[in-house]
Amino acid sequence: MTIADLVREAAAENVGLSANECLKCNVCNSVCPVARVTDRFPGPKYVGPQAQRFRLASGLSPQLPGLPVPLTPDDSVDYCSGCGFCTTACPAEVKIAEINNRARAAMRAGRRPRFRDWLLGQTDLTGRIGVAFAPIANWALQNRGLRRLAERTVGIHRNAPLPKLARRTFRSQWKADPGHVQGEEPGPDRAVVYFHGCAANYYEPNVAFAAIDVLRRNGFEVIVPPQVCCGLPLISNGLYADARKRARSNLGVLADYARRGYRIVGTSTSCTHTLKAEYREMLELDDDDARAVAEATWDICEFLLDLHDRGRLDTHFGRLDQDLPYHAPCQLRSHGIGLPALDLFALVPGLRAVDLDHDCCGIAGTYGLKNEKYDIAMAVGEPLFRKIRASGAEVAACDSETCRWQIARATATPTKHPVEILAAAYARATHGPDDAIS
Amino acid sequence: MMPGPIDVLVIGGGATGAGLLRDLARRGLHCLLVEKSDMGAGTSGRYHGLLHSGARYVAKDPLAARECMMENRVLRRIAPGCIEDTAGYFVATPDDPDDYADAFLAACSASDVPAEEVPVAQLLQREPALNRAIRRAFRVPDAALEPWQLIHANLADARARGSAAWAYHRVVAIERLDGHLLSVNVVDVRTGSVTRLAVGFIVAAAGAWAGQIAALAGVDLAMSPGKGTMLIYDQRMTDTVINRCHQPGDGDIMVPLHTVAILGTTEIHVDDPDDYEITREEVAGLVAEGAKLFPDLPRMRILRAYAGVRPLYQETGTPTGDDGRAISRAHAVIDHGARDGVDNLVSIVGGKVTTYRLMAEQTANVVSRKLGVSEPCTTADDILPGQELGHTYWLGHRLAEHEQAGGGDADLVCECEFVTRSMLDGFLDANWPCSLDDVRRGTRLGMGPCQGGFCAFRVAGIVAERIANGDGTPAAEGGQDTAALVDQALTDFIRERFKGSRPIASGRQLQELWMVSGIYSGVLGIDSLPPAQPPHLEGEESSRDPR
Repeated sequence: MTIADLVREAAAENVGLSANECLKCNVCNSVCPVARVTDRFPGPKYVGPQAQRFRLASGLSPQLPGLPVPLTPDDSVDYCSGCGFCTTACPAEVKIAEINNRARAAMRAGRRPRFRDWLLGQTDLTGRIGVAFAPIANWALQNRGLRRLAERTVGIHRNAPLPKLARRTFRSQWKADPGHVQGEEPGPDRAVVYFHGCAANYYEPNVAFAAIDVLRRNGFEVIVPPQVCCGLPLISNGLYADARKRARSNLGVLADYARRGYRIVGTSTSCTHTLKAEYREMLELDDDDARAVAEATWDICEFLLDLHDRGRLDTHFGRLDQDLPYHAPCQLRSHGIGLPALDLFALVPGLRAVDLDHDCCGIAGTYGLKNEKYDIAMAVGEPLFRKIRASGAEVAACDSETCRWQIARATATPTKHPVEILAAAYARATHGPDDAIS
Repeated sequence: MMPGPIDVLVIGGGATGAGLLRDLARRGLHCLLVEKSDMGAGTSGRYHGLLHSGARYVAKDPLAARECMMENRVLRRIAPGCIEDTAGYFVATPDDPDDYADAFLAACSASDVPAEEVPVAQLLQREPALNRAIRRAFRVPDAALEPWQLIHANLADARARGSAAWAYHRVVAIERLDGHLLSVNVVDVRTGSVTRLAVGFIVAAAGAWAGQIAALAGVDLAMSPGKGTMLIYDQRMTDTVINRCHQPGDGDIMVPLHTVAILGTTEIHVDDPDDYEITREEVAGLVAEGAKLFPDLPRMRILRAYAGVRPLYQETGTPTGDDGRAISRAHAVIDHGARDGVDNLVSIVGGKVTTYRLMAEQTANVVSRKLGVSEPCTTADDILPGQELGHTYWLGHRLAEHEQAGGGDADLVCECEFVTRSMLDGFLDANWPCSLDDVRRGTRLGMGPCQGGFCAFRVAGIVAERIANGDGTPAAEGGQDTAALVDQALTDFIRERFKGSRPIASGRQLQELWMVSGIYSGVLGIDSLPPAQPPHLEGEESSRDPR
């Protein structure tokens, strides 16, 4: 059994009762990137296993007649960024980040969600509308006056890293692409199912095409079935009911492929982690469909490294003579798959990839976009930003989209998905020497 | 000290004694209560925390059931802040007989206990940890009842009416002349000083120890103490009281009380209420039975095992063997004038915390009649002091209040139970000087999963400041060394915490104890402190103190 299998197994266990296991050893507090920089978050031990003892076992909110009782006793749990380090560090296997997330959902349940949080959860909706009006939307997102207005009215910080919308979605481009599988789908040994997620569809189709290039180079056709947002932004914002609808929709499509032996490969580490663990753990959709999809899902770098381990990866990479500071995002660590991108970079001649060895860039999905959390997020990521600035590198790399946007904005250094680097290295082998990737 | 003559001396600072002191004080009598340990340190503080609806007794003891429900209603009115209105369920597991469940509603109705059958699926949704194989479920007005707060509220009402209550005062002698008791000698177990008190009347509200008090007065009163062992789980796996729907037996009730859940109980006859132990067999038996209600129970974490001694009493002969459940849970007021020819002694025995007020009322009626007092009982009418907020306790209140005050962990002394510095200072201001164990009973400090591991040294530091600042503290009066006093207090506290959990610890709780032991032995060097125990600890029961 691999560590990744253990992660999947653990996803099926009871989150709330795992607080039972806390020894109060404080390891979680010592690894928490948020508690380190702000007093507004009292730390994972406090909001997790300690506060859990004051929450109802059913997860329901106490209803007291004639009392202005808050639906939840605690608000400070809202300052948990959800990076998940506490859970990975806990020697007693308390699901601290998951407890926090559930508590936040309980806090929101029954209240009308704050418009900002609702909006940030609707990445597919905002993406779809954004792409339709991409030129004007991109202008608006960069306009300082409008951003100040959005900060005041919506609560999204004026300097928060909002990505640039693509002119056309990945899906519409893919339909017209010559690589698009027509007619009968190849079998699971010759094709993979690609889960692009919202980022690649609406903002970074280049990442999706880089992944497709790399997969096809290694003999895999790519099937892009209908899919919706994985639901993680909704989960992070405590909107479980909406997240379950998305999950059901995705499982309905993906489970069938999984049962037929297809592997589901994604370029967003957070989407793939959601498919692997969060559907069961957070949304409690622990049925055959959810298990089948969890077992079939791979992060793109995990998949490529597995090919390499079995001697099946095409290692004819061209030379990329450059420094490449690399940040491993929080979600990647929750996968329990190590740092496969670094192992893959080591196969590229000339590429000097350096693990920046910093815990969190601060953004944590939508956390760092929020007005009241922006400064915290920037403080969390500052040591990372300093290292990247000091490196003088022209490009950095990171597996997770929101982290890439945060790093790029904070350091003015273009930040790529590892698969884009690999695609460029393959292209270099095909087309001969060229300049460094930028 | 107590000014003026004492109309009635109440012996025993449990719920009944405290309730009696209040009742008598409200009838205009000038009374003193003495308790050999801390208030509520005996059986009242060592029960499962259930405010009975009476449904447990409907089949076997309809009178007790009826009284429970009457008093349940009264306590919800006069002491709402001590009650968490959890509701209770009787559930029929596959191990329970069909006929008991079939007859249950009718039996409840006959004893005036409101009960209704609910769909099992509905209960399972509310209580997901319950056994999915449950076949029937009945809802009753059980609730959780916090004993120490209740006791102190009763004492506060009595004090406000001129009566007094002394903790840590043990009755060591009773002076009797023919059929009349003249005085008692009480020793302050903390200092060893003895006081002689002239008394008009004595009530032994000493529960399982009532026989010992009677013996001091030269009267034979054979109690049949029944030990009930309970297990404390570190977290609530249920938010409602869950009972097995069968003839009450071992390990068939789970009560969510504050942040923990308590599995009760066993029923074993003991000869001496101060001399018993909890066996591993008992613990294993409780867990095995409890698992019929909550299948994951064997994997859940037990913080402590503790036992209370039921003040069971049967006038005609003593029961044989361990069949304490055959003895009525109802109480009895014993007038030793008619029975033994001692005209100013009454004992109140039997009963349970739920019916403490009724027991006090009936006892006070007897005392009043004998003293020629005609004032009626008023304890069911007025809300107890400190309970005026008018709503019941709810689990999240400490966390919510702390969060509303700004949250953060800087002000937390006990992290497990969210005891803040200001809560602690408030308690110490009102109760100083006191032991750390008293602080625990008053604030729940040290009652969580780490069992004092991370708060005992903090509270010791806070107490040290208080001692060093003087103002009527033992150190200021006795000129003792502050450090030695604090060392002793800390050592006593942490050893007591360990005593209740070490014998049953396994899994995580054992790991926890190893870590805490590392803090106190390895870092703080507690083992190198002098082992001397102050003389007052002799005979104290804190080694079997709950929670």
